[in-house]
Amino acid sequence: MDFNLTDDRRMLADTLSRFIQDQYTIESRNEAANSAIGYSQDLWSQYAELGVIGALFDEENGGFGGKGFDLAVVFENLGRGLVCEPFLDNAILAGGTLAAAGNDAQKAIIEDIIAGSKTATFAHFEPRSRYSLQKVETTAVATDDGWTLNGAKAVVRFIDTADYVIVSARTSNGVNDKDGISLFLLDTASVNLNVNSYNTVAGGRAGEVTLNNLTVSKDALIGEVGQAHDVLEKVVGAGIVALCAEALGVMEAAKEQTVDYIQTRKQFGVPIGKFQALQHRMADILIEIEQVRSAVINAAAALEKEDRVERERALSAAKYTVGHVGQKIAEETIQIHGGIGMAWELPLGHYAKRLVMIDHELGDEDYHLGRYISLGKTLSPTSDQ
Amino acid sequence: MDLNFTSSELAFRDEVRAFLDTKLPKRLSEMVRNGQRLSKADQEEWHAILNEKGWLANHWPKEHGGTGWTAVEKFIFENECALAHAPRVLPFGLSMLGPVLIKYGNDQQKSYWLPRILNGQDWWCQGYSEPGAGSDLAALKTTAVRDGDDYIINGQKTWTTQGQHANMIFCLVRTSKEGKKQEGISFILVDMTTPGIEVRPIKTIDGGFEVNEVFFSDVRVPAENLVGEENKGWTCAKYLLTYERTNIAGVGFSVAALEKLKAIAADQQANEGRLIDDPQFAARLAKVEIELENMKTTNLRVIAAVAGGGVPGAESSMLKVKGTEIRQEITSLTRRAVGSYALPYNPPAFEEGFNGPHIGPDYAAPTAKSYFNNRKLSIFGGSNEIQKNIISKMILGL
Repeated sequence: MDFNLTDDRRMLADTLSRFIQDQYTIESRNEAANSAIGYSQDLWSQYAELGVIGALFDEENGGFGGKGFDLAVVFENLGRGLVCEPFLDNAILAGGTLAAAGNDAQKAIIEDIIAGSKTATFAHFEPRSRYSLQKVETTAVATDDGWTLNGAKAVVRFIDTADYVIVSARTSNGVNDKDGISLFLLDTASVNLNVNSYNTVAGGRAGEVTLNNLTVSKDALIGEVGQAHDVLEKVVGAGIVALCAEALGVMEAAKEQTVDYIQTRKQFGVPIGKFQALQHRMADILIEIEQVRSAVINAAAALEKEDRVERERALSAAKYTVGHVGQKIAEETIQIHGGIGMAWELPLGHYAKRLVMIDHELGDEDYHLGRYISLGKTLSPTSDQ
Repeated sequence: MDLNFTSSELAFRDEVRAFLDTKLPKRLSEMVRNGQRLSKADQEEWHAILNEKGWLANHWPKEHGGTGWTAVEKFIFENECALAHAPRVLPFGLSMLGPVLIKYGNDQQKSYWLPRILNGQDWWCQGYSEPGAGSDLAALKTTAVRDGDDYIINGQKTWTTQGQHANMIFCLVRTSKEGKKQEGISFILVDMTTPGIEVRPIKTIDGGFEVNEVFFSDVRVPAENLVGEENKGWTCAKYLLTYERTNIAGVGFSVAALEKLKAIAADQQANEGRLIDDPQFAARLAKVEIELENMKTTNLRVIAAVAGGGVPGAESSMLKVKGTEIRQEITSLTRRAVGSYALPYNPPAFEEGFNGPHIGPDYAAPTAKSYFNNRKLSIFGGSNEIQKNIISKMILGL
């Protein structure tokens, strides 16, 4: 039993944390996050140079990390800094898909992602699929020289600037079947995507993508026809570890900002942090964050486990915990700040927004509680008739 | 980062399991599992078995007859005992007084009292709380006045757990009214058979008798029973409280209780199916199970941080708050799970050897009793509000 980071990971964390502290102010962050492309391309190149993107891939794919705890270390620091650059959808989800199922030509793109010279994004979720991994209405029909895609993809992050987009589509079976889903790699410069893009609530860009008789060549297919579900589950699992760790960093920062504030803000002649009504709420926040930290550790440790039920339950448990606690901490830290907590100029509100919005990515508290329960039914002989 | 126990820790766990498998009497584990009340003799029996193995005093160093275990080994042992439904080792002599004597007692006190704790000659209880001194313990008013070679004690202690079985009580008493209230307190050992002591039971809301009031009128105690210096008892008191908190999360108890709850929920019917498949109940169950999974890791993290020795500091306060919330939620769900059969009040079913007839399912009788009894968890050992004060001051710096 050892809860210390390896030396390599501690160095990575130190480097990243120092870089973020030096490079970010809330003003510059907000300017980039709410700009026309939703992030800073200049910072993105610097992250690549620092090797932060490479830490998210294993050696086989040109990186030097890629394990659950590598993701956790990087994303906790990103969360602390409220970083809006496209780490999740680009590196973890799209890059992760190529690493898990791509052929050699497709995997070659990972090098460009790690170098920061290209970005990719992940278009799986649909206007009517909510958080489901298997509900796919978009279709792909085989033609003589490739595939024809029809359908719509929802809230595809950073689609404006992405060089590549990975699209899931149904090649057989019913709309809700696990079988029959396939993945396609599209070069956004050479296909005519219909995109309606917009800014998102906690920073960054996204877009609604419509695929209208879009034809792609045969080599666009990633992995086996109809067998994408397990790939989706794998990369979304990594995405859950990343998001949960990010949320942990956001929570820690929001907690620290609130502790600092109540030690300086005076009312009735004393710092408001002297009031027990606020002290106990801060103590609750601390306790809940420690539980989140444990949930993140459990999920990161589970990510490489072979046993599907054990792995996926730990992931859903973590995302449930983060969703549940995240909303509480967002609400509490604003409330404890009082009026100033409502001001756009203060960092806190932006942290609170990110915390709440994380619950809307890759499945929320309710979705993951339900999934945890369903997975448990296959686990225990007493709970399945 | 590695969540697994080392191979030597796993070997230790297997050794503990094998011991429990062969030495824990089925009669006792069944009583614990069924929520029945253990008598003094039952508890003494288990203490004697552990003592024979040399595993009774797991907070003590080896030279005093303890195990000398690391924090991780203590955790493993306590966890395995809870999972096996072993009776709880009573903390008063072993976890509370023992460490205080080892640190603050003189040689004569150590060589006389420590072996008597191990071999069961003395049954200790704790004289801390008073009617006017609960969370504000230093406000205690029971006095000890020096008279020749004795102290004369007058006052009242309360919430004295298992005091009805005890022949000895360690007390915090006021020996000075000068200065800060913490500075006039002394730590003293009192023979319960001394004239002037009266023990009155307090019946609790579950119908049980675990706690007592202890009255002292002109109780004469030899001055040699003073532990540490006069007026320095608060140091002993605080030191003792840190030991009281080492297994405070009670993760093992929760794991065992959750297992039982699931079995009950699988047996109970709800709507057209089983209660465990009812969406509302399943959600409540899953939420507490996830909290417990997180808590296991939180607990191990705190233990790993003190693996070099010693006891957890303010971090144990968060284990207390969250750990007791989880235990209370499980007992609450267990009561809820049995439906209307939580209602019948049938005290004979709480006693050993009860053969029925049961009212409703045999597991239903103690559920409401356990639920109400476990309201104590968030009150004793420093109420959860006091723990939040500690977190606020010691960790958050407010």
